[in-house]
Amino acid sequence: MKTDVVVIGGGPSGMSASLEARKQGAKVVLIDVESRLGGILNQCIHNGFGLKHFKEELTGPEFANKLAEKVYQSDITVLLKSYVNFIGKNIVYAITPNGQEKIECKAIVLCCGARERTAGEIYLKGKRLAGVYTAGTVQKMINFYGKLPGKNAVILGSGDIGLIMARRLTLEGVKVKSIFEIMGHSSGLRRNIRQCVEDFEIPLLYNHTITRVVGKERVEGVYYAEVDENRNPKPETEKFIECDCVLLSVGLIPENSLLPEETKREKFVLVDDERQTSVEGIFISGNVLHIHDLADNATEEGEIAGKFAGLKALNMSKRYEKVKVYFSAKISYCMPQLINKKEDGKFTIYLRANDNFLKKYIVVKCGDVDIARKFCIGITTGEMQEIEVEYEKIKGDLFVDIGD
Amino acid sequence: METICICCPIGCRLSVKKENGEIVVTGNTCPRGKEYGISEFTLPKRVLTTSVVFNDFTLTMKTNIAIDKKLQNEALKQIKSIYKKEYKIGDVVIKNILDTGADVVITGKLLNV
Repeated sequence: MKTDVVVIGGGPSGMSASLEARKQGAKVVLIDVESRLGGILNQCIHNGFGLKHFKEELTGPEFANKLAEKVYQSDITVLLKSYVNFIGKNIVYAITPNGQEKIECKAIVLCCGARERTAGEIYLKGKRLAGVYTAGTVQKMINFYGKLPGKNAVILGSGDIGLIMARRLTLEGVKVKSIFEIMGHSSGLRRNIRQCVEDFEIPLLYNHTITRVVGKERVEGVYYAEVDENRNPKPETEKFIECDCVLLSVGLIPENSLLPEETKREKFVLVDDERQTSVEGIFISGNVLHIHDLADNATEEGEIAGKFAGLKALNMSKRYEKVKVYFSAKISYCMPQLINKKEDGKFTIYLRANDNFLKKYIVVKCGDVDIARKFCIGITTGEMQEIEVEYEKIKGDLFVDIGD
Repeated sequence: METICICCPIGCRLSVKKENGEIVVTGNTCPRGKEYGISEFTLPKRVLTTSVVFNDFTLTMKTNIAIDKKLQNEALKQIKSIYKKEYKIGDVVIKNILDTGADVVITGKLLNV
């Protein structure tokens, strides 16, 4: 098979990337492993999606359907139930229901999302018992198959999925006994703490963690304790709580193992403002690049990657000199890390803070000159910030800071 | 009353007070926040979403407008007892559930899960 652009992953980012690449005039093949488009949105049946991108409040499946309808209306080739096992420069190997397929292309967009951190990766102590799940697995169990994980649950970690699942479990009749968060604050959105935890009066204990899981074959309870400033449990504060299942909401890890080995990586895969990796012709967007708070943001990033992948495939992209984005210790990361010095237009820098700030400015500097400033009432570690910068103001490397 | 606005991901910190018989909302950055603040002060409402699983397909649904927070469990019981029927996305399953004025609408249909 021959095409211009191959998009791997049919979630919000992948679908918008395909649509945008098609809009440029490129022939597009979209590959997904599931039997339907939409990715993880299909199991996120709660509302609150789409306010930014579609300007209306939608549930996950509705958001997915809106994009999927557009994909099916266009002449994008969709390969479902297909698994990509290798990508290289201008080549994609996929296992489809009809056998192994070799797809020659001119650009690839990787949109394969993230996976959940598991019990082993956080060194959860105790035996390997039945009843320890990641929160996303339970979400799929309940929403797709109507199966409950147990009767009394505790949740470790207060990421958005954990908070959403606390509400979902309570409504389905499972008692959520407690949520433990090792940090002094939640990494979830404020509104989710309000509507998922406080609404149902679920105890959310900050600076606490599970010290071990006990039981015979199935979870019978957990020991938990307060932690000190180095996140080490204080043994004297250890207590026991009875439960029959444990949900983990302890972070997501970008699933970028498909990328060729020579791809440059720092904390994240190194990309420029067109979302192109250091391997020419391989673009990357969505949660596989960095974890987004909102499906809307992943969709927008997909549009950027799709657009430039389309242009690249049609030999319509230009080469520019690149500058680097540096940032202060108050910031945990900036995306993208490289910027093409284009003549005109705007681009957005996404960033996540290391700490909580009140009434501060996000400042982008170029040398000693401020080239962009944005006032923020509240900056928290849990919420991604964005700032728009004009290309023409770039003279050299950029420095991003939070200040007055 | 101090609360967090749940209308969008920004999550404005609202403060709602009753002054001279009028409910005053401060801290909101848009009109939706004001509306939410007033409703939170008088009768807290939430959009209810759930899924109903049949043998060969799963339906996901929501209430098209927010309903009284206290009625969530009762509404859920009624939704879970619907009969198996052919539904399309956007179809109304239950009209005016529990006299709240809200309709239960299909948001998604999953075949061969």
